[in-house]
Amino acid sequence: MSADQTFRPAARELPDGTTPIGDAPGLERAKALGLTESEYDLVVEKMGREPVQVELAMFSLMWSEHCSYKHSKKLLGTLPTEGPAVVLGPGENAGAVDVGDGWTVAFKVESHNHPSAVEPFQGAATGVGGILRDIFALGARPIAVLDALRFGEVDSVDEAAADTPGIARSKFLLDGAVRGIGHYGNSIGVPNIGGDVYFEAPYETNCLVNAMALGLAREERMIRSAATGVGNVVVLFGAATGADGIGGASVLASAELGEDDASKRPTVQVGDPFEESKLVECSLELLDRDLLVSLQDLGAAGLTSAASEMASKGEVGLDLDVQLVPRRMEGLEPFEVMVSESQERMLCVVTPDKVADVIAITDKWDVHGTAIGVVTDTGRFRVWDGEDLVGDMPVPALVDDCPLYDIYPEKPTEPIYPAPERRIPDGTDASDALLRLLASANIADRRPLFEQYDSIVQSRTVRRPGQTDAAVLQIPGPAGSVGATGTAGTPAQPGDVTSGPGVDDLHGAPIPGVGVAIDGSGRRVAADPYRGTIWNVLECAANLACVGAEPLGLTNNLNFGNPEKPHIAWQLTEAVRGLGDACRAVGSPVVGGNVSLYNEGTTGPIYPTPVVGMVGKVPDVQRTVPMGFGGDGDLIALVGSFAPQLALSELSKLEGRALPDGLPDWDLDHTVAAIVAVREAVRKGLLASCHDVAEGGLLVALAESALAGGIGATVDLDPFAVGDEDGRVSLFGEAPGGFVVTGSAETLAELAETSSVTVIGTVGGSRLDVRCGAQHADAGLEDLSTAHAALARLFA
Amino acid sequence: MALRIGVPQFPGSCDEVDALLAAGSVGDAELLWHRDRDLKGVDAVVIPGGFSYGDYLRAGAIAGLSPVMDAVADFAREGGPVLGICNGFQVLCAAGLLPGALLQNANRRFVCRQVELSVETTSTPWTAAAEPGQLLSIPAKHQSGRWYAPEEMLAEVRENDQVVFRYAAGGNFNGSLDDVAGVCNQSRNVVGLMPHPEHAVDPLTGSADGLVLFRSLLSGVAA
Repeated sequence: MSADQTFRPAARELPDGTTPIGDAPGLERAKALGLTESEYDLVVEKMGREPVQVELAMFSLMWSEHCSYKHSKKLLGTLPTEGPAVVLGPGENAGAVDVGDGWTVAFKVESHNHPSAVEPFQGAATGVGGILRDIFALGARPIAVLDALRFGEVDSVDEAAADTPGIARSKFLLDGAVRGIGHYGNSIGVPNIGGDVYFEAPYETNCLVNAMALGLAREERMIRSAATGVGNVVVLFGAATGADGIGGASVLASAELGEDDASKRPTVQVGDPFEESKLVECSLELLDRDLLVSLQDLGAAGLTSAASEMASKGEVGLDLDVQLVPRRMEGLEPFEVMVSESQERMLCVVTPDKVADVIAITDKWDVHGTAIGVVTDTGRFRVWDGEDLVGDMPVPALVDDCPLYDIYPEKPTEPIYPAPERRIPDGTDASDALLRLLASANIADRRPLFEQYDSIVQSRTVRRPGQTDAAVLQIPGPAGSVGATGTAGTPAQPGDVTSGPGVDDLHGAPIPGVGVAIDGSGRRVAADPYRGTIWNVLECAANLACVGAEPLGLTNNLNFGNPEKPHIAWQLTEAVRGLGDACRAVGSPVVGGNVSLYNEGTTGPIYPTPVVGMVGKVPDVQRTVPMGFGGDGDLIALVGSFAPQLALSELSKLEGRALPDGLPDWDLDHTVAAIVAVREAVRKGLLASCHDVAEGGLLVALAESALAGGIGATVDLDPFAVGDEDGRVSLFGEAPGGFVVTGSAETLAELAETSSVTVIGTVGGSRLDVRCGAQHADAGLEDLSTAHAALARLFA
Repeated sequence: MALRIGVPQFPGSCDEVDALLAAGSVGDAELLWHRDRDLKGVDAVVIPGGFSYGDYLRAGAIAGLSPVMDAVADFAREGGPVLGICNGFQVLCAAGLLPGALLQNANRRFVCRQVELSVETTSTPWTAAAEPGQLLSIPAKHQSGRWYAPEEMLAEVRENDQVVFRYAAGGNFNGSLDDVAGVCNQSRNVVGLMPHPEHAVDPLTGSADGLVLFRSLLSGVAA
């Protein structure tokens, strides 16, 4: 490439009073693009004139809810964001925490809900692609993906669906989303190590697909996204730009879904994991060779968002020429180039002397880079179409001046959500109820889903999905010396290669790592947005405790309905208040996240669903114990301050009961203390197995541990269930803070010094036999296993 | 002098670092670039898993035409030990270095699970250190791993004792013909299998049963 090409366009002199060519499309067009009249007036005020086409397209995206967080930013400011391990907090592409020895783990969760509701395979696939780009845009090698999925009832059939009457929508969406997540993650070589999935009627026409990614980097190698250095060159690399996903952020992500969603299909992007895998390696090699000033991925709102965010953070201006942007189709208008959401593209800022080297590396990886712009001192974002100026906006107006809105919360006076369909009669015998619960969609074994994901690539996965409540990765792992540096063609040193732990090293020197979990039951939050959100955070921390992980930081995705409606505003406000209080209680700052609003389908709002993903430090991954029972004769104990109740439980759902109005208070300090006690017990190696009590209550937790371990148990809950003569509350009630653990009399006694421990039974045999008050549940492992495998039929 | 093992890296490779680590347990391992014909004088080649060139067209089809595979084909014809894992197996079949083809799994889905393999022959450089009939617990993860060969080819493969690994009883989850999980060429120096021995080299991450393939290389070379 000649120097001429490299440096086109140079910053150009612009005589005072020059305005972009073209007419202003006007207010009506602005409204069609999602701006309100007062927002349009404000744009005109900031610009000193009406915006032309390119400018209007860019403002409509940058001022959309998706990009500006205009209805949630004030609330998010109340969350705790500081902690001893925080390396990067909210505001960068992803948050990051220090995991020790100079290693940093970057992580973030993001939603791709509306695209997935319209086209589940590509919607979910590009959701994974997008969150991975956020991670490697920081200079971190992506090392894991988790996902949180929410669909309508698994067996629902929509007779009145507009396009396809009689569609089994949830089955279709689940299948497409799982295939899409697998397609992208498997193909790019990043393990999928966990997640959760719930089936609830309010998600029927507005499913949720949230994906979380983790990345690994040396702290000194992390890179920011701020464009700096007047005269530096802006280079675009990766896929060519097409007409896909135009207007996705404003049209699709920031409005409610309706009946004619098929017509929105062109706004859903199509992903290419092969292109992205080359982008990962190329980006990491560029950073390895110290060739970049800054790096940013292109996500929602494409070039518009990526470039203006970089300029805003660097407090500079940018000149960009759309004619230099490589296209995959002819006839794209300048505004289309600026707003296209074509996937697998990255933008970087490079000093002029390194442009040729950067282009050479991008050519090596077949993700050909092109210089498309230059950093200026004007503070303005100027868009050129060759010689024509087609847009000229102050960067702060685009990025920072979108009005922030107050929301007006009001607790609804009537229930928002109808009662679920009744599936079992009241008073169903405990054994039958257990089998029905194990076979119910929210509890059944997730293996048919996670078997479709590669959970082991990169050789860090110490505990695979289904073995523990939280995933466990060794950090940096044997691949750390090879994988995190990203330099292909530079072989590892033989010494590094052979330093992985072998048989003899087990239980030798500690092998550090992290525990990761993602949680977010919407039903709890629908019943009580404040306490339900606290519960979800506690459950996430409890899952981490089961593998001995201490929280370092948390990422969240707030999935809610339309915040302009008072009852949704109330859900959102209360949930964020709960999130803040819970984060402070468990000592886990919020390091990043995402907000997804307007999740309302034809059947009303979704359950309010704050999804939380937590990363915790594990000093020695060899000490993590499985959730499954192990040794014949081990004692089983219930640990923690567990105060179960039937309202809201999965059993109540099967019995067709409506959500309660509010949840009773529980002792947050005691619950956190129990979580800490269990974590320390795992770290000391006191326990043979550890599992937290969640959906379905204590009886289901016992069954899950028996199934995971392939061995039965005999349990008498009466020592715990004092005062529960009927026994059902103790067997099936749910609450935070309970753990089912196994160990010896001695080790359980040691745990009892720091937490409430009630010995309730013994491991052994091939049946699960549980007595409690007037109830007796008794079933063979084979019957339990058959019931638990219920989801397999969905993928047959 | 330490054994030197090369691991070709294609755009879209996923398990090349894992293969590098596993090979590194018995020698010096290094990556080879797909555009290079130069194998840098390595003693053995491990073609890693992943989705080379996106697996577009057909799994392994484009990688089979790459410059590095040209060199690997020469290396194989001269008797050099070559192991293809998962996509590497697909690449070797596509390049005509191994018999058969890998079709989509019977359930047409990607499946990741721990499987048991039985070692059907120890007379290859990659199984020489195993016991005949030894069972290995090794993870498999693929969408196109259903080994298939036309009737005549299958008969020939059987007759020449070219089936190297079979899925143990009840473990043939992808519908492979004759439970075949891995095969070798007639000269026995080129072996391919769908499950991932490089992901079974440490009990901490599940199993160390895959090490025997790499350790076999030591006895193979010594012999």
